[in-house]
Amino acid sequence: MVQYTRAHLDASFAALSDATRRGVLEQLGRADASITDLAEKFHMTLTGMKKHVGVLEQVGLVATEKVGRVRTCKLGPRRLAEEMAWIEEHRQLWASRFDELDKVVEELRQKEKVDGHQS
Amino acid sequence: MDTKVESDHTSGKNRTTVERKSGREFVVTRTFNAPARIVFEAWTRPELLRRWWAPKSFGISFLSCEADVRAGGAYRFVFGHAASEQPMAFFGRYIEVTAHARLVWTNDEGDEGGAVTTVTFEESGGETRVVLHDLYPSKEALDGAIASGATSGFGEAFEQLDQLLVTTSASVGGS
Repeated sequence: MVQYTRAHLDASFAALSDATRRGVLEQLGRADASITDLAEKFHMTLTGMKKHVGVLEQVGLVATEKVGRVRTCKLGPRRLAEEMAWIEEHRQLWASRFDELDKVVEELRQKEKVDGHQS
Repeated sequence: MDTKVESDHTSGKNRTTVERKSGREFVVTRTFNAPARIVFEAWTRPELLRRWWAPKSFGISFLSCEADVRAGGAYRFVFGHAASEQPMAFFGRYIEVTAHARLVWTNDEGDEGGAVTTVTFEESGGETRVVLHDLYPSKEALDGAIASGATSGFGEAFEQLDQLLVTTSASVGGS
């Protein structure tokens, strides 16, 4: 089992607590966008937006590509890895639940047999 | 009969599958070696539900489990987790309860736009295939749940992201 310290959690929440960065991820979840588009959307300077996109790009949440004079941003590879890990964790949770449910179901089935339920 | 259940496990027959079906939904499936009415009973009687919904092997345990399983009835599950000081509460309302066949409930613990969960029980040859379907109101809502690790507590993905974010915030400074 992974151990977490409060400091670790605080640091990660602090990093993701920036509303603009969360907004940028949401926006890119809908469609790719240029830095200029994003700056306008969030009423920021180009420099400010570049900095936010830079943070997201460094952790792999956003990928950017420069075509001509325009830098296009999209959701990054990290997002996919994150999703796969989440699904695997979900599978483990449900597998654990269902292993326990198996025991309950088997117990009910045996009980029914003893009680002579017909159907 | 116990041995049969065991061998089903090892052959992978009772394997749990989880799949993201689309931007808004994901689906969990598993087959149980019993008729639908028995499996359904284990989902709808709170004293049975609390025996399996919070598996010990996952590090969570029930603090309380209330479920009024009928259309319009409310449920509230409170868990403790080894890695968290705060208990976690999950609550909502049953929208549909069809005996031995179908359960639908809301998940209202989030700030906005929780998923609607539909569970179907399909009996065939004395076995029951359970399909659990979580439908989020939008792609953004499911992406958000994934990004925050919402339903599952703290996982490996989160730890990895955590390390990256610590590294990044150190190098970028408080931008």
